[in-house]
Amino acid sequence: MTGTEDLYGFLLAKGEVPTTGAIIDLAEFARLIEVLADRGFRVLGPALRDEAIVYDDISSTADLPIGWTDRQEPGRYSLERREDDALFGYAVGPHSWKQFLLPPTETLWTARRSAGGEMAIEEPVPELVRFAFIGVRSCELHAMAVQDKVLRDGPHVDNGYALRREGNFIVAVNCGEAGGTCFCVSMETGPKADAGFDLSLTELIDGDRHRFLVETGSEEGAAVLRQLHATPATQGDRQAAGAVVARTASRMGRTLETEGLREALQSSPDHPRWDDVADRCLSCTNCTAVCPTCFCTSVEDHTDLAGETAERVRSWDSCFSLDFSHLHDGSVRSSNKSRYRQWATHKFAHWIDQFGTSGCVGCGRCLTWCPVGIDVTEEIAAIRAEPSDDKDQG
Amino acid sequence: MAFAPAPAPGSFTPSLAKVTAKRSEIGDVVTLDLETPPGSMEHARPGQFNMLYAFGVGEVAISISGNANGRLEHTIRAVGAVSQALADLEPGTSIGIRGPFGAGWPVGTQTDKNKDIVIVAGGLGLAPLRPVVRDILAHRDRYGRVFILVGSRNPEAILYDEELRDWRKRFDLEVEVTVDYAGRGWRGNVGAVTCLIGNAGFDPESSVAMVCGPEIMMRFVAGALVDAGMPDHRIHLSMERNMKCAVGLCGRCQFGPTFICKDGPVMSYDTLRPLLAIGEL
Amino acid sequence: MGTLEHIIAEHPFCSSFAAEHCKLVAGCARNVRFEAGSYLARENDPADTFFLLRSGKVAIETSSPSGRPLVVGTLGAGDIVGASWLVPPYRWIFDARAAGPVRAIVLDATCMRAKCEADHDLGYAMMKQFVPTVVSRLQAARLQTLDMYGVA
Repeated sequence: MTGTEDLYGFLLAKGEVPTTGAIIDLAEFARLIEVLADRGFRVLGPALRDEAIVYDDISSTADLPIGWTDRQEPGRYSLERREDDALFGYAVGPHSWKQFLLPPTETLWTARRSAGGEMAIEEPVPELVRFAFIGVRSCELHAMAVQDKVLRDGPHVDNGYALRREGNFIVAVNCGEAGGTCFCVSMETGPKADAGFDLSLTELIDGDRHRFLVETGSEEGAAVLRQLHATPATQGDRQAAGAVVARTASRMGRTLETEGLREALQSSPDHPRWDDVADRCLSCTNCTAVCPTCFCTSVEDHTDLAGETAERVRSWDSCFSLDFSHLHDGSVRSSNKSRYRQWATHKFAHWIDQFGTSGCVGCGRCLTWCPVGIDVTEEIAAIRAEPSDDKDQG
Repeated sequence: MAFAPAPAPGSFTPSLAKVTAKRSEIGDVVTLDLETPPGSMEHARPGQFNMLYAFGVGEVAISISGNANGRLEHTIRAVGAVSQALADLEPGTSIGIRGPFGAGWPVGTQTDKNKDIVIVAGGLGLAPLRPVVRDILAHRDRYGRVFILVGSRNPEAILYDEELRDWRKRFDLEVEVTVDYAGRGWRGNVGAVTCLIGNAGFDPESSVAMVCGPEIMMRFVAGALVDAGMPDHRIHLSMERNMKCAVGLCGRCQFGPTFICKDGPVMSYDTLRPLLAIGEL
Repeated sequence: MGTLEHIIAEHPFCSSFAAEHCKLVAGCARNVRFEAGSYLARENDPADTFFLLRSGKVAIETSSPSGRPLVVGTLGAGDIVGASWLVPPYRWIFDARAAGPVRAIVLDATCMRAKCEADHDLGYAMMKQFVPTVVSRLQAARLQTLDMYGVA
C-alpha cells in the first residue's frame, strides 16, 4: 500500500470505510451535547481531572480535554499538549463506562424485621436515569457487549444493569490516536466502531476545518441527528475518515496472537512464567478495577444499631483479593501466582468457553495502570513461546 | 399462620421462608425444617442448593437435604457467622431464601435406568445425598443394586444415623459404614472410606456413582472408583467454592472454566479430573 | 494337604502366583480359627506368622496409655493380616483381634522367609503381592489421619 487511495480501496473492500454518512462541524457537535441534555439524558464524556482523562458529567465541549493527548506505556500514563485542538485526540484513560453501567456500589435490597420476628424484603425503586455516553471507543463498545453477555443475556439477569443498558445513548468515536498499550487490532475490537452505537463520529481536522463524519447506528441516533444541521459526506470526507482509522490501526502499541490462545493457556497451569510474573505482581487489583469487562463483585450485609433494618450492598471485587476464593479454613487461591494465573486464564481463555468470546478487548488499561508495569501481552507471549510440558493434564 | 407475601424478586432478592422445626444432629450440626412460599421448591432436584439468609448477617449456600411433602430440610454446620446465626434460629423465625440453584444429581433420567447406583458419602457429604437416596427408594424398581457407602470421623459423628439404620435394614439396599477411628464399642468397619469400594460388589460396567464429602475425600474416592473399573463420565461429585450470588454473576465460584453455581455443584469426573489435578485452581 | 492347597490357590493372595509358588506357600500353611475376641497377634510379639483371612472381621488395634483400645483399621475376608514378617526386626506393630469368629490360613513366617531366600522367583512374587497391599493401606491410613471430616 503506497498511498491514501490504495488504503482507501483496501479499507473499502474490508467494509471499513463509511459508504454513507453526514458531516457536522464543531458548533453542531456542541449542539449535540445540548440536544441530548434536552432529551433528558445525563450526558457523560471525557474530562480532564487530576492529570488524567476520565469520564464525567459534561455540559459543553469546553468540558472536554481539547488539544490533549496521552502517552501510555506499561505502568506509565501522562498527558501532553497536541498541536491541534482535537476533542478526542487520546486513547482511553483509567475510567471505563462500566462504572455507570455496573456501579462500584449498589444497594440490592433492604430488609426490615418486626418485633414479632417477621421479615420483609424490598428492592429499591430503580433510578430512571438515561445515560448518554459521548466518546465511546470501539474497544469499549465491545466491552459493553462482553458484559451484556454476562450480566444481561444469561438465565439470570442483573436487572439494574439491563435497565441502564436499555436506556443508553451511545455516541461512539473512531480513534484517531493509537495508545502505547492498545491492541484492539489483535483482539478484533477496533479501531473502527462497527456496531452497538446510536451515533458514531470520526473527528476530521484539516487545517482550519474541524468536522466530524457521523454515521447512524439506530433509529434514536437518526432522530438525534435530524435535530442537528448536517450535510452529506463527500467521497473525500469518507476517504479522510477511512485514513484516520487506517492510520490508527497501523500504530497499535501492542499485539497479541489470539489463534490457539485458549488451548495454550488452559494447558499451561504450571508454566514457570506464572511464578515469574507473581514475583512482580502486587495483587493491587488496579487491573481488574480499570478493566472494562471485569464484572466480579462481592456483597456485604449491614444492619442498623437497633437491628431492625438491614441492607445488602454489592460492590466491585477482584479475583486478586484473598477473600475472593475463601472457603472454610482459607483461600483456595492463596498464592499470588494462582491469582494472577486465574485472572489471565479467565480473561483470555475460560471466558471463551463461558461466554463465546474473549474477555479482553485490547484497551491496554491493565498495562498502563499496573504500578509495576506488567504487560499481559508480553507475559502471554512468553508462555506461548516456550510451552511447558504439562504432560499429564487432561 | 400467614407471613408477609413474598415479593416477585429479582435474582438477588430473597423470598421469605419460616423455620418450622429444628433438630440437633451431631456436634455443631443442626437441621432446619423450612416452610417456603407455595410451589417455590416443587421443582427443586436432589443435589441443588438454596442461599439461606439470616437477617442482618448474610447468606450462605446450603444443599437441600430433604424436600418432600412440602417439608424442606437444610442441614447446617455452624462454622462461620452466617451458619452460626442460622443454626441459632428457633422455630417461628423468618429467614430469607433464594433458589433452588445449580445442577443436581443425575437421577430420574434414562441414563440411569437399570444401572447399579453407588452412593459414597463422607462426613456431612451425606446431607446433599440424602434427597437422592430418598428419591431412588421412592422409585426403587428403576435401578439395579443400590450401594450406600458412608465414611465418618468416628461412630459419634455419623450423620442421620437413625435413617441410615433404617436403610440398612432393607433387603434391597447395601449399606456399609466405616469410621476413621473408633473405640472397641464400635463393631463396624474402621478405615478410610475408599476401602469400602473394592469389595462393594457393584458392576462397574453399568453403575453410576454419586460422591459427596470433603474435596480430598472425593478425589480419592473417584480414584478408587476408577480403579474398580468405573468410567469417569459415570462418576459424579458435588463441588464447593466461595459463593455469593449463586446465579453466575459475581464470578467467585469459578473452578477453571466452570461456575460451581450453574455448571455444578454436581459435575461428572470426566470434566473434573483435569481440573482437580491443578493446585489452587 | 491337597485341600489346603486348593483353598490357598483360591484366596486372592495367591491369585497372581504361579502354581509351583502356591505349592511352596501351602507348605508353610495351616488352617486356623479364632473365636470372637481372641487375638491373632499382639503388639511386640515376634512376627512369626501372617494370615490370609477367609471369613470374619479382624480389628487392628493399639492401646492408649490408660489401656483403652483404639481401633485403627478393620480387615475382612480376602485381606492379608501382617506385613511385619517381611521387615526386620520382625515384630508385630499392632494388636490384631478377631472382632467376630474368624477363619483364616496362618502362614509360618520363618518357613516362608527361608523359602523366599532360597527361591528368589518366589521372593519376587511375594513382594509383588505385598507391596501393593501395603501401599494401599498406607494411602488409606493417610486419609484417616487427615481427619478431613472435621472441616467439611
